[in-house]
Amino acid sequence: MNATIGRLLLTRLVAAILTLWFVATVVFVITNLLPGDVAQELLGQSATPEAVAGLRKALGLDLPPWQRYLEWLWNMVRGDAGRSLVNGSPVAALIGSRLGNSLILAGITALVAVPVALALGITAAVYRGSIYDRIVGAGTVLAVSVPEFLVASAAVLVFAVQLRWVPALSQLGRLETVLDVVRTFALPVLTLTFVIVAQMARMTRAALVDVLSSSYIEMARLKGAGQARIVVWHALPNAIGPIANAIAFSLSFLLGGVIIVETIFNYPGIAKLMVDGVSTRDLPLVQACAMLFCGAYLLLVTMADVAAILANPRLRHR
Amino acid sequence: MNSATFSVHRGPMAILARLSRMIMPAIVLFWLAMAFFGHWVAPYDPAGIQDADLFEGMSRKFWLGTDYFGRDMLSRIIAGARYTVGISLMATSLAVTAGVLLGLAASAIGGFFDTAISRFLDALISIPSKMFGLVLVAALGASIPVLVLTLAVIYLPGCYRINRSVAVNVAALDFVAVARARGESTFYIMIREILPNMVGPVLADFGLRFIYVVLLLSSLSFLGLGVQPPEADWGSLVRENMPGLPYGAPAVIMPAIAIASLTIAVNLTIDSAFGRHAREGIR
Repeated sequence: MNATIGRLLLTRLVAAILTLWFVATVVFVITNLLPGDVAQELLGQSATPEAVAGLRKALGLDLPPWQRYLEWLWNMVRGDAGRSLVNGSPVAALIGSRLGNSLILAGITALVAVPVALALGITAAVYRGSIYDRIVGAGTVLAVSVPEFLVASAAVLVFAVQLRWVPALSQLGRLETVLDVVRTFALPVLTLTFVIVAQMARMTRAALVDVLSSSYIEMARLKGAGQARIVVWHALPNAIGPIANAIAFSLSFLLGGVIIVETIFNYPGIAKLMVDGVSTRDLPLVQACAMLFCGAYLLLVTMADVAAILANPRLRHR
Repeated sequence: MNSATFSVHRGPMAILARLSRMIMPAIVLFWLAMAFFGHWVAPYDPAGIQDADLFEGMSRKFWLGTDYFGRDMLSRIIAGARYTVGISLMATSLAVTAGVLLGLAASAIGGFFDTAISRFLDALISIPSKMFGLVLVAALGASIPVLVLTLAVIYLPGCYRINRSVAVNVAALDFVAVARARGESTFYIMIREILPNMVGPVLADFGLRFIYVVLLLSSLSFLGLGVQPPEADWGSLVRENMPGLPYGAPAVIMPAIAIASLTIAVNLTIDSAFGRHAREGIR
């Protein structure tokens, strides 16, 4: 650690916090764009004007917009996301009961996807230009062009309907043996892995190809080092920064994938909670979930930046 | 360019590559034609309930089987093309037009205008696209005009970023300096000097952006937050037929395959027309 790195990291941190504030403002503005009135919408057309006015007051809608904005922002910072418009329970409690499930799903996916992506990316870079490299390259283009729900329904069709290895829906609760865990998480994790491996493998390959084409690698080749030694000993240490960057960045694709996967497999996570919130137009719930997802996304992107800074030897040894 | 790397290698890969260069644009044209003229060739009324079982398999009578109401799936997919392709085309055109104009203006005017608009739109990129879509739909509902605007707004920042960087490079060239010295107006420089020199990147960006819009629209519809019944795009078709999944009904998988065929075909068409590097730096 030295002053340069410290300053760079601090800049990234401040930028991330400012961006999160901007995102919060955008979310607040959009969710208050509705020309109609939330109170009117909740009570229906037949409600008396007095009832609507009462609810407006209870929800704080009679305050000027900037005052509501400041109050909302302060509550968000404190972790108080208000109450659900649909069932009146605190949004924080609703999210708290689901957060663990989503984190488990994301964690298992990362454990499976990272090694697979690294293996694919590294071997593709080593055998660059071969048929294998082309197949991996074409496969990753195909994988990013198909919708997640096609992957998910194809997986259900093959593994649940045809082969009957796993149930079609995830049911948490009876996770007594290892086999139960595998059967519950197999399809959601398989789908999510498919979605993020493509991006990660492509970026890993690009990073390693970059290093492998530098002159010190050619030198190692000329002095007679074997292929495996060159890749593991000479190239990989210098590619760790870009690869860590690729991993963190690709993991941010989990956030999009998880929305579809939790819905299709009926998995009780936050993304499912948010989608249900959007269909019932439960705005406090949607706001809180959106902030949570955007925060997680910013965290991953910032981690990718930090990895790139820390792994740069020119910055470290100045 | 891709063609160079492919022509070095002979054998099955080369034949495959040549075949895909002919077939992929044909698939794109096919879906475009279905979107505009599909109602003339559809074998049945897409909303008409046929004399058939629910979730029938593929047959001579119903090529792609029937859906959860016993309606002809082929006709419904052809009718859905109008929504998926139509909405996506409108949204992409809006996003690209706005992105190009703003990018041109930023590069031609520069200074504070450039900094302010770049900072603002770059900050918007830090909202994941699906999340942005969900928040907008939650606030504004899911009518088709709102969907078009939503999709356009979500992809405008990325579009602006790529077009600005292209335009800035063109604006630094000598003939633009000459035009400035001649005393031409900023608008003239944007439209007559810079724009004609960025047609290739704009078209490549249009194609890639179109793919993202199709995927996001389909995802929203699949979640039940996009095109609303009785109208149905391909994402809604997958959603409404999900109960057929345990029976392996083609009604579930066929609309999803239609989406994949469109996005993959557009993707590979851009690759062969502009080279694979066209995709780099675009998000």
